[in-house]
Parts: sequence; structure tokens; C-alpha cells
Amino acid sequence: MSSAHATSTYVPKSRLAKWFESRLPLVGLVHSSFVAFPVPRNLNYFWTFGAILIAFLGIQIITGVWLAMHYDPNASNAFESVEHIMRDVNYGWLLRYAHANGASMFFVAVYVHIFRNLYYGSYKAPREVLYLLGVIIYLLMMATAFLGYTLPWGQMSFWGATVITNILAAIPIVGDTIQSLLWGGYSVGNPTINRFFSLHFLLPWMIAGVVVLHVWALHVTGQNNPAGIPIKSSKDAVPFTPYATVKDVFAVVVFMILFAWFIFYQPNYLGHADNYVPANPSVTPAHIVPEWYFLPFYAILRAVPDKLGGVILMFGAVIILAFAPWLDTSRVRSCNYRPVYRVFFWVFAVNAVILGWLGAKPPEGGYVIASQICTVYYFAHFLIVMPLVGLFETPDRLPGSILETVTGPGKQVSGSGMPAGAAAEPAKRG
Amino acid sequence: MRIALLAAAGFLAATLGSAGVRADDGHAPHPPRESWSFAGVFGRFDQAQLQRGFQVYKEVCSNCHSMRLVAFRNLAEEGGPGFTAGQVKALAETYTVKELDDAGAEKERPARPADRFPSPFPNDKAAAAANGGKAPPDFSVLAKARTYERGFPWFVSDALPFTGYSEQGVDYIHALMTGYEEPPKGFEMPGSGYYNKYYPGHVIAMPNPLSEGQITYAKNEQGQPVVPETVEQYSHDVAAFMAWAAEPHMMARKALGLRVILFLILLAGLLYYVKKQIWKKIGGEVHGLQPELHKTY
Repeated sequence: MSSAHATSTYVPKSRLAKWFESRLPLVGLVHSSFVAFPVPRNLNYFWTFGAILIAFLGIQIITGVWLAMHYDPNASNAFESVEHIMRDVNYGWLLRYAHANGASMFFVAVYVHIFRNLYYGSYKAPREVLYLLGVIIYLLMMATAFLGYTLPWGQMSFWGATVITNILAAIPIVGDTIQSLLWGGYSVGNPTINRFFSLHFLLPWMIAGVVVLHVWALHVTGQNNPAGIPIKSSKDAVPFTPYATVKDVFAVVVFMILFAWFIFYQPNYLGHADNYVPANPSVTPAHIVPEWYFLPFYAILRAVPDKLGGVILMFGAVIILAFAPWLDTSRVRSCNYRPVYRVFFWVFAVNAVILGWLGAKPPEGGYVIASQICTVYYFAHFLIVMPLVGLFETPDRLPGSILETVTGPGKQVSGSGMPAGAAAEPAKRG
Repeated sequence: MRIALLAAAGFLAATLGSAGVRADDGHAPHPPRESWSFAGVFGRFDQAQLQRGFQVYKEVCSNCHSMRLVAFRNLAEEGGPGFTAGQVKALAETYTVKELDDAGAEKERPARPADRFPSPFPNDKAAAAANGGKAPPDFSVLAKARTYERGFPWFVSDALPFTGYSEQGVDYIHALMTGYEEPPKGFEMPGSGYYNKYYPGHVIAMPNPLSEGQITYAKNEQGQPVVPETVEQYSHDVAAFMAWAAEPHMMARKALGLRVILFLILLAGLLYYVKKQIWKKIGGEVHGLQPELHKTY
């Protein structure tokens, strides 16, 4: 994916390659996007999470397609078919645990990616569209994960589906229609699992489509970087291959160690024991709790005494992300140079973690009050802190160039030579 | 800066303070943590223990509890109790299963290793009717379907290497089997049910299933018992058996995991070296710089 005005430096060598390139410049497109593409030389490892996310999209799709060959989306057999995968399918346990934990790892990576984006101000001009596409991917991921979690048809699957479809009914006018459409009847049942399976298979391909746009938009504007200043000359950049490629591959492999740890040694840690109890419409679990990656939003939902209000705030908590580029009044991107906002960034991050913890607690007593305080702060961060801090804060002096952040100010660097290690360990500040 | 920090600290204190105000919910005590041969990265099932556990299941539990997802053949598969194919065949033949004959009439035949364990009751309703209104839970994945909340900070250390803990369900089952006692003074028992220290709410419909010396284990060559015939031992054995029934490929999983993780660590080390080498000398053509896009900056 390259911008319209960037022509490729790829020169086809063989006759076949020339013949093909003049008919469809696909190799040139790949070359300009993933070989010659300029990468800021000061990127730290937080910038490898895009590659990690692409790896997980691939893992989820491949394991998911294989699981679908053995899974039966039928209310009376779904639970048993998952156990059939676990017991009788060759390496079925590996496929299923990889897929279930892969979803969690996908969210770990996406949260690092989102918080990296918020810390370094990557959402600001000229990357607003790139960022909005990311918010859409996040929304699609949440829908996909929710649908997927219902498929094993355990108690938490069933009751999670019941709670979420019930809150959709709170939407005025169209709520009831949406609910009946999702249910395919008058309660969560066999038609529900059929359509959820179908949608769970569909949405990842939509994610893949938006990811293509996301990467395309990235390659138009170029990457942001820890200094938050643009590439001004080719000395600020290195070609994507081999520099970013090898770094991304290394980071993906390191992340796979974490992934493997969960698959092989803690495969059920991130799930719920209740989901090994087959779905039973007449027995409600003591605590209905969503997967960990939804917990902050679940806490916001339950913080509001009014059902519709809770639904609005819960969806609002995601939607408000889309307005960040216009709510943030500071023109300085990176928090490394924003001494006041940097503190608020970390308060926001801690607040999000506390919301997650509260989402796992029963909605009673002090937990509700704490959820309400945290919810108010969550929105205040976007609606008050972001606009105001940008107006009153005096940012630190920005470096003159990306090169300067790697080599130190005032140093002369000749040609392409760089002190060894200086580029491998980008400046760490803040 | 300082004001922001103060505001942040105040906010955090207020939040955590309000979360601290909570009613005591009167949960059952935590099950004691037992030592299991199959816990941890190098954990392996103890074949003899699984065989004894199966004996407990067969002689006691299976009178009421089904195990619908486990087949006789599983007992002879790798990583399990390690019965021989002949033993499994002979065992299966002591059960009868129903099937339809060519005329469509229901008939009974001896079970084969490929059959799953027949359930003690024809269906859940019959099981519930025979057991005071609630069907006894199926054993197949029960060890994974039960747990107890460990709370902060244990839930963090439970996920980590060396301090990892994923046997909550097995510990709970063992605690439940050994948790029958007289209700404490002032505890009002409802009309039916039994007091159990570890059962949530303490009133469990299942009567105490195990008693000392109830099951006679196989003796060794000298005619001596290998393990004591106590409730503690029976309970350990049957809980271990249930852990296997819920996760029959656990040993294969842990063995493969070790190889995968060692491989990944090695690969990561090599890639890090390659990366260092490549980044040592920065240079090369970049293409497609578009500083004009950033003019608004």
C-alpha cells in the first residue's frame, strides 16, 4: 500500500517480472511499502506492536478456520463439540487453546498499541484517518471477541450473551428490533448461536479489510515516533527492510513466548471456570463477568443506575476515542515533551486498570461508588484534561530532528554512518 | 506539574478508599493447597494414582455422577491411567449400552472400548428426580468447572512461571470431599442437605460420599497396602483422576510447551543477534518521504 504520489524505486530485472510489473505493479507496491519505506530511526519497541497485531490476526484466522471444521454451532451440541475438539481431534487442544488465548493476546497487543498511540500523540494531524481506522478495528475486534466467547456455549457464554443482548434492548425505538434480530427468537437460544457463529466468521475478514486501509493510511503519512516530530531528511530514516523487518520479527517471536506460556501452562487462566459448565437457561451464575479485556467498559456500564444511561456511557467510552484528535489542543505530539499532560496520561492509564479491576467485582457498595468516580474521570480526561492542558501547558523544547534524538544535539554525523548501538537503543526519556 | 501530581494522588486515594468500603460477603474458606504430581511446568500424572482414582469413581461416584465425555478407550491412551488395551476391553464388557437393531428395536449389548461411559441415569430429569431435585454434575470437565477466587495479589502470581497455580478446581474438589463436618453452633440447617465447610453457602445436597476403609485398594506383592485406605487418600486419588478426565492431553501439552518455549527463546536470541548486526551500520536508500504532509505541524 503506497500513497498515490510515491512512485516505486523497484526495478524489475527479469523479462517475466517486467512483463508482470507493466500489467500490475504489485511487486513495486510491496517494495515501496515494505522495503524502501522510510522508518523513523528512533522508534522504540512499542512500535513493533503493529506487526504483532498482524501476526495475531493471522493466527486467529488460521486457528479459527480449522476449529470451524470441527465445531458444531448447535445449542444442544456446541459444548460437546468443543470438548470433542479438546479430546478427539489431533492437536485439537492446541488449536482451541491457541485460539482462546490468542484472542486475549490480541487484546494485550492492541491495548499496548492504543496506549502507545495516546502517549506519543500519534492520533494528531496528519494521522487522524489512520487513527479512526484503528478505532474501527478495535470496535470490530470487540464485537468479534464477544461473539466468539458465546460459541463454547458454557454458562458464561450463555449468560454473557444474555446480558449484552439485553442491554442492547435499552436503545430507544430500535433496541427491541436489534435484540430480536440477534436472538432470532424471544430469548438466547439455538438461532442465536447459529447467527453468532456466522457473524464471528464474517467479522475477522472485515477486520482484515480495515487493516489493509489502516496500513495504507500509515504508509501515506508515515509513522509517528517517540520524538513526535516528522522525518525531515533521509538521515532521520532507515529503510523498512531490513531495519524494521528484523526488529518486528524479533518482537513477534518474543511476544510468542508469552503466548506459548499461556497456551501450554496457563490455558484456562484468562477464562472462567463457569464456562466449563454447559449453558443452562434456568441457572444463573453467581457473578456474570465478561472477559478481562471488556472489564473497564463493564464497570462503566454498571456504574450508572439507569440502564439506558449505562449503555450510552459504555459505548460512549469507546466512541470518545474517535474524537481525541480534535479534543487534544496541544500541537506537541509526544508526551516526552509534555510535562503536565504526561502525568495525566499515566493517571488515565491507572484509572483504566482500576476500572478493569472494578469490572470484575460484584456491583455493590464501595465498588459501585469507585466505578462512578473512575467513570467520571475517564470521560473528564477526554472532555476536560485533553483540551485544557493543551492550552495552558508549556511544552519542553523539541529536538531539532529525529537524528538529534538518537545522536545527541550538536553532534555532526557524516553520511549514513552511526555510532553502533545508538540507533538500536533509541533515546529513552520520560 | 506538582498540582497535577497532587490531583492524581488525591483521586487515586479517593477511588481506592471508596472501593475498600465493602460488606463481608461470608464466603467459604479457601480450600487448602495440596501438592499434586501434575502441577507445574514438569507436572506428570501419577499412573497408579489415576488408577486408584478411577477405582474410587467406579465404586462410589459413578452411582450418581455421569462422565459422558470420557470413553473407555481413553483409559488406555498415553498420558492417562495407563490401563492396557486388554484391561479396557474387559472393563468395557462389564457395562451394557443401548443401540437400535436392524429392525429399529432398542437392544442392549456389552460396551466396547470406543463407547463412552454410560450414565447412571437415562437423562438429566431422571437424575434430578432421583437426587432431590438437582442432577449431580457430570464429571467430564468438573475439575476445570470449579474454582475459587484467590484475590489480589495472588491472581497475578498464579499466572507466572515458578509461582504459577492452576489446580484451584482440583484443590476445591479435594477440600469438598474432606470438608464434611458438624454445622457450627448457631448455623441453621435447612430441612435437607449436609453441612460442608468448603461448599459455597455450606449446605450441600450430596451426603458425605467417602468413609475410612470404604474402598479396598490393590495390595503390593507382599500383600501390604501401597497407600493408606483413608478418606484423605481416596479424595486425593479421585480428584487427580478428575483432573485427568477434564484434561486428558495435559501431559502432551506440557511436554510440547517446554520444547516450543525453548525453541522460541533460542530463536529470539538468534534474531536479537541478527538485529544487532543489522542495526550496527545504519544506512540505505529510503523512498517516499513526504515532508509536505507535515507542513501543518
